[in-house]
Amino acid sequence: MSKTFTLDGKEIPFEDGQTVIQAALDAGAYIPHLCHHPEFPPSGSCKLCTVKIDGRQTASCTRRAEAGMTVESDTQELNDERRSLTQMLFVEGNHFCPSCEKSGDCQLQATAYQLHMLTPHYDHFFPNRPVDASHPDYLLEFNRCILCSLCVRASRDVDGKNVFALGGRGIGTHLTVNAASHRLADTDFSADDMAAKVCPVGVILKKRVGFAVPIGQRTFDKKPAADYVDSRLPAKED
Amino acid sequence: MHSEYIDPILERYGHNPTKLMQILRETQEHFGHIHADAIDHLAAKLGITRAQIESTATFYSFFYLEPVGRYRILFSDNITDRMLGNMDLLERLCRQLWIERGKVSEDGLVSVDTTSCTGMCDQGPALLVNNRAATRLTAERVDAIAELVKNQTPLAQWPAEFFQVEDNIRRKDKLLGSELQPGEALRAALSKPPEALVEEVKASNLRGRGGAGFTTGLKWEACRNAPGEAHYVVCNADEGEPGTFKDRVLLTSYADKVFEGMTLCGYAIGAKLGMLYLRGEYRYLLDPLNEILQRRRNANLLGSGILGKAGFDFDIEIHLGAGAYICGEESALIESLEGKRGNPRNRPPFPVTHGYLQQPTVVNNVETFAATTLIALHGGAWYQAIGTEKSAGTKLLSVSGDCERPGIYEYPFGVTVAQVLEDCGARDTQAAQVSGPSGVCISSAEFGRRIAFEDIPTAGAFMVFDQSRDMFEVARNFAHFFAHESCGFCTPCRVGTSLQSNLMDKLHNGHGSPYDFEEIKKLNQLLLSMSHCGLGHTACNPVLDTIAKFPAAYEKRLQHKDFTPAFNLDWALGPARRMTGRDDSGAHFKEEATGETP
Repeated sequence: MSKTFTLDGKEIPFEDGQTVIQAALDAGAYIPHLCHHPEFPPSGSCKLCTVKIDGRQTASCTRRAEAGMTVESDTQELNDERRSLTQMLFVEGNHFCPSCEKSGDCQLQATAYQLHMLTPHYDHFFPNRPVDASHPDYLLEFNRCILCSLCVRASRDVDGKNVFALGGRGIGTHLTVNAASHRLADTDFSADDMAAKVCPVGVILKKRVGFAVPIGQRTFDKKPAADYVDSRLPAKED
Repeated sequence: MHSEYIDPILERYGHNPTKLMQILRETQEHFGHIHADAIDHLAAKLGITRAQIESTATFYSFFYLEPVGRYRILFSDNITDRMLGNMDLLERLCRQLWIERGKVSEDGLVSVDTTSCTGMCDQGPALLVNNRAATRLTAERVDAIAELVKNQTPLAQWPAEFFQVEDNIRRKDKLLGSELQPGEALRAALSKPPEALVEEVKASNLRGRGGAGFTTGLKWEACRNAPGEAHYVVCNADEGEPGTFKDRVLLTSYADKVFEGMTLCGYAIGAKLGMLYLRGEYRYLLDPLNEILQRRRNANLLGSGILGKAGFDFDIEIHLGAGAYICGEESALIESLEGKRGNPRNRPPFPVTHGYLQQPTVVNNVETFAATTLIALHGGAWYQAIGTEKSAGTKLLSVSGDCERPGIYEYPFGVTVAQVLEDCGARDTQAAQVSGPSGVCISSAEFGRRIAFEDIPTAGAFMVFDQSRDMFEVARNFAHFFAHESCGFCTPCRVGTSLQSNLMDKLHNGHGSPYDFEEIKKLNQLLLSMSHCGLGHTACNPVLDTIAKFPAAYEKRLQHKDFTPAFNLDWALGPARRMTGRDDSGAHFKEEATGETP
């Protein structure tokens, strides 16, 4: 008999050591998230997965599940705050969905739809982040980076390469690559890397396949974010 | 060419990547910045990537990857420095040197910019020149500095009085008033088992002096009982809260008490190593502190078999920070000690069980450690009787701002704000900001309140503002401070603090409306509930406090009753007018309906 906690009134089984979001996603319950990925240790940075446990808010990706805890997630209060966080991510970078080749496959965009975000609300920062198109097969569109650090973790923990890192501080925090030139072409990054596949937004992009699947037939065009329960983009085999 | 100066540094730090901060600092001393090729050399020798090195280096304000001038001048920009005219002096210096703020002069000689509070509020305006603190700036002094820079006079030959830092101790009580011979408290503690010392500290009811107020004895006990390969003592001397400078004074004139307190803790928890995390702004204290450590080693107060106690081996190292307020947060401080970016960790686990190198670690404030010497000497019951019921002992306050006698005041807990104001010679006081920007703003109606954990807890800052001050500008200065010092790890704080400081600028620029107040209130709620650590939780406090207590300061900035946009359409056409050389009426935007002139 496994242990359980309740999430919005629903019983969620878990195993010792699991975090709240891991158990929830395994049980088919969606908690909005961007920096969480089932295959990596938690980061706890985007804060979208914040839930209320016994009256206190906490990131569900870093909070260990405990038997009998009462977790609130799908409440208006939390979703309002999550929407604000999503809006913050939109204005912090330059996210022009209509011209983005990741449109429809983008977790940030899908999450915004999920949370009924209709406007960016805040003033845009319009940062100036030059694109790196140096690599023959991939390009880096830094304007869309949400600093989830999934590529950092994938490259470090799975690929063993440490191609990516976060540099700077505060609003100047930015993604950087491991080369004196800061160009992807001068790293040992390759298409086989886990880091090449893990970006939830449109930063790490494979060249020359951008619109192979037309907009309208893409991942989140078919089902909303919540229906991709583990919310990883399924591999496009066709 | 880089191996020549870097290899001896690496040798000294045992090629240990966890010492990256110190290695970078010493590497930087060679060129004034960290040379790109030096990073490659360090990466190869330390077995880490250059991206990891850059990741750490770019997090801290005082590490530079680009040349920043042979004279690097940073004006302290706390509100108290502003009140003493630092901005005029900065402009004056820039004019004298014919340079723009924030840019390096074309000959690479000098750069001038601002930095967060340097802890010299009682003798400001202050600046750092090549990390050396200069105090009591005046127009004459600034002119002299300009000449010294132009003549390329080495820093060592600048007048010593520029760099004089005063203690300004105005009121002594139990801690500052007691004469302690080095080793005296330690001798008293060593006569009994470590558990007895932990019990005395528990009995004293001493609470951490860094602001949060966790019970020190419980922390020591939890750490002592935590299993681990090694236990560590960390002294948090990253005194970054604007307006605070008590730790500076303790480390200047009472360092033996601090080191002795750390050694007591080492004995209590079974640690062999203690680390003092000294903020980069206090770089000038590094050599004197190392001399004191050496003297203590020579006296067998540090090292192996301390005071003849077989098996009690303990030593202390100093780790110098590099300009990051967030490293005052204990888990960020530990990350920094390990050579990384100062991002606060996810908790639990807490440092008492998983701290430095994931081992049990006690992190205490400078003042906390100093206080433990009194407890070791006089006992927990004696200490517990001082102060109030829930706040045992005395508290050091760093008083600055509008008063006749700024400086350090030591009081038993429970002292009223009014008493402090009277003692420091404050007149016509409008407000006091207690515990810095992350603390509370007290208006005159509340001056009867008490400094104690029961009422107003504080890390020690006490800034005074008289009726002539604009409390809106106080809050705006603090909003900029938080935006600058947010670590950037979590979304709400990284973006929220910047949005808040932009909103305050919007009000400052005359585009404010009640809508903006509501926005700030909503931001505060979001930061409070979603942020990763205390910085985000408290970042809106100064703005909310001043909106609530000094509404007039905000109201006078409102142009409209509902909403005013941040931009002005006619102003936005300015570049187009300049490009086309037109300035006729057709090149201007005309307001309709309202009839207002833009």
